[in-house]
This record gives sequence, structure tokens and C-alpha cells, in this order.
Amino acid sequence: MEIKKGIGVSPGVVISTAVVLDAEALVMPKRTISPAEASTEIDRFGQAMASTVVDLQKLRDEVTGRHGKQIGAIFDFHMGLLKDPTLLKQIIAEIRGQNVNAEYAVSTVMRHYAGTFLKMGDRYFSERVKDIHDIERSMLRNLIGQKHANLAHLKQDVVVIAHDFLPSQAAALDKSHVRGFATDVGGRTSHTAIVARAMGIPAVVGLGNITSEVSGGDTVIIDGTRGMVIINPDPEQIEEHRQYERDQVRLESELAQLRELPAQTRDGHLVSLQANIEFSPEIDDALQRGAEGIGLYRTEFLYLAADHEPSEQEHYEAYVDAAKRLKGKPLVIRTLDLGADKYTQEKAQNPERNPFLGDRSIRMCLHDIPMFKKQLRAILRASNQGDVRIMFPMISTLMELRQAKMVLNDVMEEMEDEGQTFRRDIPLGMMIEVPSAALMATNFAKEANFFSIGTNDLIQYTLAVDRTNERVAGLFCPAHPAVLSLIRDVIRAGSHSGISVSVCGEMAGEPLYTLLLLGLGLTTFSMNSPDIPEVKKIIRSTTLQHAKQVARKVMSFDSERQVMHYLREETRKIVPEAF
Amino acid sequence: MQVDQTCGAKGSMSGRSPGVPESSVLMSKVVREIVVSNSLGLHARPAMALVDMANQFASDIKLHKAGEPPVEADGKSVMQVITLEATAGTALTVEAEGDDAEEAVIKIAELFDSKFGEE
Repeated sequence: MEIKKGIGVSPGVVISTAVVLDAEALVMPKRTISPAEASTEIDRFGQAMASTVVDLQKLRDEVTGRHGKQIGAIFDFHMGLLKDPTLLKQIIAEIRGQNVNAEYAVSTVMRHYAGTFLKMGDRYFSERVKDIHDIERSMLRNLIGQKHANLAHLKQDVVVIAHDFLPSQAAALDKSHVRGFATDVGGRTSHTAIVARAMGIPAVVGLGNITSEVSGGDTVIIDGTRGMVIINPDPEQIEEHRQYERDQVRLESELAQLRELPAQTRDGHLVSLQANIEFSPEIDDALQRGAEGIGLYRTEFLYLAADHEPSEQEHYEAYVDAAKRLKGKPLVIRTLDLGADKYTQEKAQNPERNPFLGDRSIRMCLHDIPMFKKQLRAILRASNQGDVRIMFPMISTLMELRQAKMVLNDVMEEMEDEGQTFRRDIPLGMMIEVPSAALMATNFAKEANFFSIGTNDLIQYTLAVDRTNERVAGLFCPAHPAVLSLIRDVIRAGSHSGISVSVCGEMAGEPLYTLLLLGLGLTTFSMNSPDIPEVKKIIRSTTLQHAKQVARKVMSFDSERQVMHYLREETRKIVPEAF
Repeated sequence: MQVDQTCGAKGSMSGRSPGVPESSVLMSKVVREIVVSNSLGLHARPAMALVDMANQFASDIKLHKAGEPPVEADGKSVMQVITLEATAGTALTVEAEGDDAEEAVIKIAELFDSKFGEE
């Protein structure tokens, strides 16, 4: 038995048998062939290529149908490689010239190119090595006749353990039998996270080296709610998690009945529950679960999904699509919050030494005004189509907020000159996720229309903990009294100035903190949509008066342990099945 | 940018690849210098667009990148085009040889000028 902690990116619990995808491509045996066999090998190669093209077309159509053209276009480049005449000639020449089997020739030529890519200085180019590996793998699978490492035709339920998910692997899964994911690497915006949430199955990423610790056939518990994986659990753990599984199913059907009911306390205090999303089709699911709007639309996905910077029109289409799905409900669009992560660091010529304290988010936007303006123009254009609002991330000084507003003003003037219509008084908010902004919330409240507390970053910067670093992740805790007092002060500053304050970090969706946040006076909770019903249930089971007492008591504690213990007790009293 | 129409003899290319024939046949050969101006460079999508364009012509189309060593790519091979690692600001020489060489080079240069529709 072994317990591994990672990042839960899609909630739920599952107990199942593991299938492990190798991080390394299949190892190809070299077989020397006689010159007479060469034409047979070349024929085999030709047939495998034809099947690979058919597979890829199918995959592209599937992905395009499900996620839209933009994402389907990822595969155009793969298709181009498969049809590249020079490449095909080189592989054939390898078979003939070296008298080797087709598998070996494919592998040799593709690895030669992979090596070339890896040597490139520009990260954007060297990253394409993944595409090369992906294509090589598809070609080899067709040559060997072992399609998609069993994942397309499963006979029983499994959980998939992988280093990371390639887009083609994720799309080829047999959805009816895959019950969960666990990966070595990845974060909230990784492909694994997005696919798992779309499929509604639990996933835990950032587990370090789980692929080398699990063998195919092992029993594994994936607990996406708690960000935990248990390898070969003992019978008690299995029983405990079976119970979780059953409770979850029962709770979900119960919670579904809450959808139409308001998020109102027993003494009549009404709050708003909203959803965090990454791409617009998620809105339908969010509304299903009772979201009253989108409190956080992360726009990074637009940049990550395409291999180019999105055009103004691409931004616009995504925002209009979101606004239309919401039918007048609020849509808070957060401007680009990239930087500090794998994507931008790999692209950068000189990776930053300390990216989380570096050129990220609003800082990056203010350093690239044309890119920033493109997004702002698109948001303003979309403001005609619904209740669209703008939110700037990572503001740390007043100057930044003023600069960002100035850029927005410039854009508005340009658009007015062009005769474009948009909402001039579009609500303009900021994220509070840096301690300096939290401490100066009173000043910021005079210049912003709303606040949204990004607890994930606020905790990381307040406690100096990177929660993706497994050696210190245990120190990451929303219940730390220092974090709580910052949150309390921000909510207070907002309510004194009459601006709305929401929490859009993960804390908002954790039932453990619902009573506390409610008692501190929070009026908008924005969370991943699966969490909405449970949070609503807690709100509907308590009174504002009780929540305020809880909050007062919590603020008198000096350790996170006390806070969590007390909150768990209090929440259990009103909703016994919450934990 | 001017179209430099060299029939055979030495072109006006700087840093041309040693592999390019010095004198050649009667077929028309058109050479033109271009600069990659879209900010992400000749990455996957533009490379595909370029190859799609090149494939519309019968002429042989090559791209050269100066440097140590200089690199040459077949304009109809997306793998070779992308291995040029032509980032923003990279100077390339487009060379087409064949009956429709002139039109091919004009169209390809237009594609670069349009920044592949990216910005």
C-alpha cells in the first residue's frame, strides 16, 4: 500500500484496475532484412501510413466535433507530417539502404528529427518534439498492429496512469471504460485536467513518478477530490473509499434537486454561486448545476489550445459564444494570466529564475500592449452580447491597475473613433491574489468596481509555498490564520466601499470553508461547477447569524489545525454527510 | 523587395547554401529574399500554410537560411520547413525553379508579408 499526494484537478473517487501508459515510446527491435524483403517492408510501411492517416482523420473529426475547429487544428500539422513526401522518401531510403525492418527505419528517421528539434534554441520550436513523438508512436502502432495501447477497446473498467496525456491519447480513449486518470506531471490547465473534467471522472496530476510505481493490473484508488492516489490499498481503505463512492453517487442525485433553489440561508440571506470555467462549452454544465453566472472565465486556454497567438476575432468568437450560452447572466472575463508556468517558460528565450515572482499575468500584458489590446477589444466588442465584465489578474500595485485601465481607455477611444459599439461602463474588477493588494484593498476599492480573491495564489504568496512542489505542498493551507485575516480584510474593505467581493480560488468550492466565508460576509462564491450543489446545500442549511459566530470563533484561533478541526465539526453538525 | 530573376548563373543571394547549383538549365529560376515577420516565427501552422501553397505549383521550391552551417529546406516538406527554426526576424531566401517559378515566389512572399494571417 502506498499513498501519493498530487493535485486533484477533477473531483470524485474511483477504485479500479490500473493501465499504465509508458512514458517512453515502444522500443523497436532492429531486424536486418535481405534486399529481397525490402519491397515487402516498404509495402507494410505504405499500408501502415495509410491507416495512420485514416486514424488521424477520424481523431481530428472527433476532436473538432467535440471541442471545435480551433482544437481540431492541432492535428493539421500531424497530417502534414504524415503526407510529407521528403519524410516518406527518407524512411523508404532507410529501409533499402540499411536493410532494416520498417519499424526500425521509422524509428531511426523520426528520432533523427526529434534530435534536431531538441537542439533548437527557441522553445516554441523545440516543443514540437512532442508532435514528432506522437506521430512516430501512431505510425509504429499501425505497423505493429497494436492499436492505441489497448485504450480504444477495453473490456473492463480501468484507471489510466500516464506520464502525461498527449492530445491524441486522450481523444482515443474508450470513454465507457476509463474511470479516472493519474499522471506524473501536469497542472490545472493540463490536457488531462480538461479532458477529465469534460468526462466527469476523477483525476489527480503532478504525482511525480507514479508511472514507475504502479504496474498494470494493480488496484488503485484515485481520489480527485482530495488530490490523492492510493496504490494497492488495504481492505479497509477499499471499504472506506467504496463508501465514498456510494455516498458520492447518492449525494449527487440529491444535490441535483437543489439546482432550482436559491443559495439562501435559513434566515433569508442570499448569496450568489457562480462557476469558474476554462472554455465556453463548460457553461452548459455549470448552468445545469445551478451556477448563476461565470465568476471566472480563464482565457489562457485560447492561447494554449492554438499554436499561435489568438487573433482578435478568435477571442471575440469565444467570448460571444460564452455570453450567448449565459443568456444575460454575468460573465467575468479574466484577462490573460499566463507566465510562471511551463508553457511560457518553455517558450521563453531566457527562462526566468523565479517565474512566480516574474513577468507573469498583468505584468506580461503591460509589457506587450498590442497583445493586451487585442484581447480588450474583443471583450469590449462582446460586451454588446450580454453582461460581460473585465477582470485584471495579479494586480500588486495601484500603478498597475491604473495602467491597465489606461490601456482599456485607449482601446475604448480607438473603438469609438471607428464607430464600434460597446458598453462604455463595463464593470471593471481586479483579482486580489498578492498580499500587497490585499493589504491595500481599501485603496484599490476606490478604483475598481469589484474584487475577486484568488485564494490559490494569495496562499502561495502569503505562505511562500509552491503547492506543486511535493516536498512543501503540505504547508499550503487556506486555513492559515494569516491568509484568513487577509481574506477578512478584503471582504471588509469591499463592503465598506460598496463593491462586491467574490472568492474564485479553490477555497470557494471547498465545503469546509463555506460557513467561514459566508460568516465573513462573502456574497459571491465562484467555483468549479461540480462543487456548486454541495456548497449550496451548506448555505441553505445554516443561518447568517450562525455563520458569523463561526467566523468570529475561527478568527480567534492561531493555528490552521484548530481552524480546520473546528470548521469540520461545525459543518458536520448542519450537513452530516459533508465529509 | 525585388524579384531577382537569374537564369542559371550566380544569383544575388547572400549566404547561399553550397548545395545550390551554380549554373543550371533553361528553366526559369526565381530567387527572392524574405524576412519572417510574424511574432511566433515559421512554426507549425505557418509551415503548413507555406507547404500547402508550395504544393500548388509544379516548380521545385527551396528555402535557404544563412548561418553556420547554412540550412536548406524543401518547400514542399513540412518537416524540413519547420526544422529551419525560422523565428521572427529570420532572413530566408526563397528559390523556385520551374515553369511557374515566378508566380510561386510572388505568392509565397505574399504569404510571409501577410504574417500568415496571424496578427
